[in-house]
Amino acid sequence: MQLNREALTRAYRQMKLIREFEERLHEEIQTGEIAGFTHLYCGQEAVAVGVCEHLSERDKIVSTHRGHGHCLAKGCDVTGMMKEIWGSQEGLCNGKGGSMHIADIDKGMLGANGIVGAGAPIAVGAALSNKIDGPDENGRLAVSIAFSGDGACNQGTTFEAMNLAVVTKAPAIFVFENNHYSEHTGDAYAVGTAQDIASRAEAFGMKVWRADGTDFFSVYDTFGEVLEFVRTPGNGPAAVEFDTERFFGHFEGDPQRYRGEGELDRLRATRDCLRKFREKVTGAKLLTDDDLDTVDADALQAIEQAVADSRAAARPQPENVLENVYISY
Amino acid sequence: MAKMMYRDAIRGTIFQEMQRDPRVVVLGEDVVGGMGTAGGPEAIGGIWSTSTGLYDAFGPDRVIDTPISESAIMGAAGGLALAGKRPVAEIMFADFIGVCMDQLWNQIAKFRYMFGGKSVCPAVIRMPCGAGYNAAAQHSQMISQFVTSMPGLKVVMPATPADACGLLRQAIRDDDPVVFLEHKFLYAMTGEVPDDPDFVIPFGHARLARAGEDVTIVASGMMVGYAETAADDLAQDGVGCDVIDLRTTSPLDEEAILDSVEATGRLVIVDEAPPRCSLATDIAALVAGKAFASLKAPIEMVTAPHTPVPFARELEGAYLPSPAKVAAAVRKTLEYR
Ligand SMILES: Cc1ncc(C[n+]2csc(CCOP(=O)(O)OP(=O)(O)O)c2C)c(N)n1
Ligand SMILES: [Mg+2]
Repeated sequence: MQLNREALTRAYRQMKLIREFEERLHEEIQTGEIAGFTHLYCGQEAVAVGVCEHLSERDKIVSTHRGHGHCLAKGCDVTGMMKEIWGSQEGLCNGKGGSMHIADIDKGMLGANGIVGAGAPIAVGAALSNKIDGPDENGRLAVSIAFSGDGACNQGTTFEAMNLAVVTKAPAIFVFENNHYSEHTGDAYAVGTAQDIASRAEAFGMKVWRADGTDFFSVYDTFGEVLEFVRTPGNGPAAVEFDTERFFGHFEGDPQRYRGEGELDRLRATRDCLRKFREKVTGAKLLTDDDLDTVDADALQAIEQAVADSRAAARPQPENVLENVYISY
Repeated sequence: MAKMMYRDAIRGTIFQEMQRDPRVVVLGEDVVGGMGTAGGPEAIGGIWSTSTGLYDAFGPDRVIDTPISESAIMGAAGGLALAGKRPVAEIMFADFIGVCMDQLWNQIAKFRYMFGGKSVCPAVIRMPCGAGYNAAAQHSQMISQFVTSMPGLKVVMPATPADACGLLRQAIRDDDPVVFLEHKFLYAMTGEVPDDPDFVIPFGHARLARAGEDVTIVASGMMVGYAETAADDLAQDGVGCDVIDLRTTSPLDEEAILDSVEATGRLVIVDEAPPRCSLATDIAALVAGKAFASLKAPIEMVTAPHTPVPFARELEGAYLPSPAKVAAAVRKTLEYR
């Protein structure tokens, strides 16, 4: 735990912001005000934040249908995101994309994605671009990261992307978030390699890591090692599998009958990254409960504001449908 | 007759055909729902409720829950069919055709022709399709234009529960590969469905959903309901419309379209897909070529714009055709000259 007070506070705030963002959406969606499919990231915050806290804007990420956490962790504007989910013209994508297509290219966030498995080759392409651009003055490469789920790891596109990255030595990192479900199906059934996704990446010729995705420090430290390896010119890609949990349904409205008795309560009690973080840093006297409570209040306030702004934000007009299909035509 | 939802007509028909013919098998993502979980198989039973109960009735060899692997689903459907089975594969959203186009287009559709007529590939590919749920650009598309353009495939677009039943049964019993486009927005539609376990609707025969003398409206899938609503509104003003529900876009019932246009002289085509190289342009070309002399006004097309499907409610509303847009197009053809 080599993080100072400031870095710890920042990491906690990012995780808390994601948690509040998602918990609030969970409530708002029940009222019917928000349209479309929404997949919440609650439970997995330590992965997005433990990874993205290491990155700069030069580094790129490609996300999934469950993208809010990755977007926030990579620095997307919280209000711009909320407005997008509300379908506002002022949203990050002018209301064209919604929850599943949030992107902010300037921030190195190359898009959430509605197609499972589509992200990995895109991340490899961005990594090949990083390789062409070459190392910085310190001899380090920018990297590109593909976030994928345990479901996405069964797509041919994911396999092809891994092999392409290996043979081209692209500075790509495959981050597998194994939350043990793809929609309503368990990884015990769908992932043939004994629920071990990292071994697949290993078989493609990559160096791999595995860590507890519900512990920020485990994610942060492990990813630091992964990054050290991939930033080194000539090493090529790597993969890391994080064992994590999703606290809500696959999408909002999922009856979750596939869960075991008391499963969600047990996960919230024993596998909550925010709770674990608080216990660790207060136990080690790095931050106090008061410090963290202040961050909690601050994150909650940011979400309140984002929701209020989204409700008041300008709606798109019918003629906006035709905009941005092309740059010129 | 029994009153039921479109989704239940689909599930019930698959169930009956699986009972009738041991070669019928089902495969797709989450078609069982709950595999490998504490809740166990059938905990959910398919996200569209179109496969609920099949696993319990027919077991894992014939109801195959697949990982998220559309290329493998599509290809396996082709292989099952070549090997003598009658697969009913589900691609959860028609948009995911992008992931598995090769197995459909270069493989399943072409086997028979490439093999000199020596193979039979009776695969049914069910694809829930269409907009209306604010599900944005990758979960809302109408893909009829792609699959209709592929030689070797038959393409079905049922607009009612009864048609979903009769056309699906025909699709399963048909020896050619069939793409079965179920509109997601129609799943909750209720209607009378014949009880006859051999009720089939032959392909290539359109249905006259409304009869009238002034204008022909051609539609398919969810657009049929829009055309009917428009026709009913126009009838109040004394305007009579033929509403032709294509039922299948390949084969296409050219005769039904041409006969109607020859009688009315005016044509409105309603198509949920974007306007270029689409069913709408296909039918317009047919009529311009074969019923030119009957036309009293330019052909009107009510389609989506040449854009992806947008997310926000206002934008998706502007994107989709609507009964009001159909009615306006009908009035426009009547006002001509
Ligand atoms: C190509 C494709 N197939 C299927 C789907 C439907 N779908 C959306 S998310 C999902 C499950 C993804 O599971 P996983 O990769 O584990 O991600 P998680 O939902 O757990 O974050 C499925 C099947 C899709 N969006 N795209
Ligand atoms: Mg998962």
